[in-house]
Amino acid sequence: MSLPPLTTLPNPIRPAFTKGLTPGSVIVNIGPSHPATHGTIQIVAEISGERVVRTDVHCGYLHRGFEKECESHTWHTLIPYVDRLNYCSALINDFAYCEAVEKLMGIELTPRCRHLRTLLAEYSRIADHLTCVAAALMEMGAMTAFLYLVTIRDYVYEHIADLTGARVTHSYGRIGGLARDLPDGWLQRLEEILDQMDTFVDRVHGLVDRNRIFIDRMRDVGVIATAEAINWGFTGPILRSTGTPRDLRKDTPYLSYGELEFEIPVGIKGDNYDRYYVRMREIDESKHMIRQLIDMLQPGPISVDDRRCTLPEKQAVYTEIEALIYHFKLIMDGIQVPAGETYSAHEGANGELGFYLVSVGGGVPWKVHCRSPSFVHMGGVHRMLDGYQLADLVPTFGSVNMIGGECDR
Amino acid sequence: MGTGENLLERVQASLGAQALETGMAHGILVLQITAESLVPVAGRLKQEFGFDLFLDVTATDWPQRRPRFDVVYHFYSARDFVRVRLKTQVEETDPTVDTLVPLYGSARYMERECHEMYGIRFRGNDDLRPLLLYEGFVGHPLRKDYPKQREQPLVPYRDVKP
Amino acid sequence: MSATTPVPRQQKSAAFEYLTTRKDEFVGWARKFSLFPYPFVTACCAMEFMSVSSTLYDTDRFGAALPRFTPRQSDLLMVVGTVSHKQAPILRKVYEQMCEPKWVIAFGVCATSGGFYQNYAALPGIDKIIPVDLYIPGCPPRPEMVIDGIMKLQDKIAGERHPIINQDF
Repeated sequence: MSLPPLTTLPNPIRPAFTKGLTPGSVIVNIGPSHPATHGTIQIVAEISGERVVRTDVHCGYLHRGFEKECESHTWHTLIPYVDRLNYCSALINDFAYCEAVEKLMGIELTPRCRHLRTLLAEYSRIADHLTCVAAALMEMGAMTAFLYLVTIRDYVYEHIADLTGARVTHSYGRIGGLARDLPDGWLQRLEEILDQMDTFVDRVHGLVDRNRIFIDRMRDVGVIATAEAINWGFTGPILRSTGTPRDLRKDTPYLSYGELEFEIPVGIKGDNYDRYYVRMREIDESKHMIRQLIDMLQPGPISVDDRRCTLPEKQAVYTEIEALIYHFKLIMDGIQVPAGETYSAHEGANGELGFYLVSVGGGVPWKVHCRSPSFVHMGGVHRMLDGYQLADLVPTFGSVNMIGGECDR
Repeated sequence: MGTGENLLERVQASLGAQALETGMAHGILVLQITAESLVPVAGRLKQEFGFDLFLDVTATDWPQRRPRFDVVYHFYSARDFVRVRLKTQVEETDPTVDTLVPLYGSARYMERECHEMYGIRFRGNDDLRPLLLYEGFVGHPLRKDYPKQREQPLVPYRDVKP
Repeated sequence: MSATTPVPRQQKSAAFEYLTTRKDEFVGWARKFSLFPYPFVTACCAMEFMSVSSTLYDTDRFGAALPRFTPRQSDLLMVVGTVSHKQAPILRKVYEQMCEPKWVIAFGVCATSGGFYQNYAALPGIDKIIPVDLYIPGCPPRPEMVIDGIMKLQDKIAGERHPIINQDF
């Protein structure tokens, strides 16, 4: 074994403080390789007794050069990278990115594609919330609840894999449509899973909602007020847990959300318990939306009939010279997106997920920037950690649902 | 959406004088402003027009152009549900704009990211330590002249025998 | 008593050789069913790691269920997800803190080779900085693939030498 000596290892970060404010305080390092920080966040905390005085949050341990990588791929071939931003709900990323490109190109989606994207986005949101709640509960020791939620989440993953071919990172969105239509019996199985989900989620409600230990650790911990949350740029379930019904699905309706009937669950005071409950209630609302969308789905094409972005039918490629040329140009040169810039945002599972695209024409983007909710939340998370106990850091961090891929990009 | 469009018209009429160029792009009001008027314009957007959510700051690199960089800001009004984009151009020799941290807390992290990725300096933001990158990283990776595969490893590689 | 001089290897008796072989077999059998993994979890593959370790796939059946969240108590380092250059010193430090015997699994294609992140930020495979025993491909790998990987590692452990007192025994 030829490992270089350990003593030469450099420290990748420089903490904001190395000395405590008061004589009795201690500086503690938590993470990045720590189960409660999801492997990619480092928190340098000053503690006085058990109380956290101040914290310095470092991210970037999962920085993978997403934006640089996008600048050397065509508009279509970077979709797999987009998937791996928020890997808990990859489909929402897909659709948000595709819609931004469609805005630049001026493409109007077919109704079936619109409804199907909405349905899948909500399905994905359920998987994301299940993951978040499961992980947060496990970190507090509620292993049974974790096993229930991960079991139902596995059903969802397998079911999405039937459609897209992959369990976690699907690469299913296409600019101007979707990769393929639903297989036979998919919607039937979807209804079965939704019914099963009711059972599993109800069990978790029964286990923790009125559990004394759970309430003691969640209630009045990690409190943040609405004005403070907006100042720190919080969106999504964290902002809603403070009592403000801000949701892009309602405020700036996109896809089919304007035609759906749903409520925006809000919390009372913005603590951990409210964030947990808002996520659980959003699962119910998503199920309600999916059931409406199943009834709304009508047969029809799933991709726009536009040779600028949609590949021709395979049969035509083999028999017609024109279709062959289009196929060749779309694969080799990529989609030609007109010059311009746009910002388009969807309500991701964690908050406003925006894509800022700059095109100078041609097949390769000039710039793809992702406004990721987790990154912004990490900028303000110290407001929810300071002043509480060191042990409260675990549930608070779990309820914020930091996703490394999205945060560090 | 009616009130939102009214708001954008009012912003355009009121702040148009301070802007070099205004226009609408895909439903977003775009104001091209000078670096000096950034803080006053952002302040008026927040106080007068209720753009309370600071979404994003990033930059765009145009190596062939003088000035070389665009610094791009996005704001959102959580009351009227509309967005405004501010753009300002800075020179490569002095890529400096004023910080927005006194107005929006969330600007703190985003300016750090923009600083390390593009080398834009934010006057008044005293905490511009590396955030996504690490101590000792040389250069600004999202500039167009930074080669994509230039690695700067912190741990020396082992000699792996094939 | 005078100090014993070590017996050169080629002069060892057949009985000693037989004993060490049976001992290796026995210790390997014991060790392969008591793997304590340390999940070095960073990215997307964590979603599959959660699935693998819970009800439907259940790594408990292979004696590799209980994750130890401290490297000092674990003997299997599972590197789950992309490791960036910023993360690399942390991974090295965690690896050094583990006691012998120890094995390393590169879980997913990013840990194996950097995957499709070939740029300034990502480490092109963890074997650039630490030795790896087993690579599990996939982006992310399906749970069945992970279980197959764990079984392959068990076979490897069963077939290894397991010195427990000194180099010879």
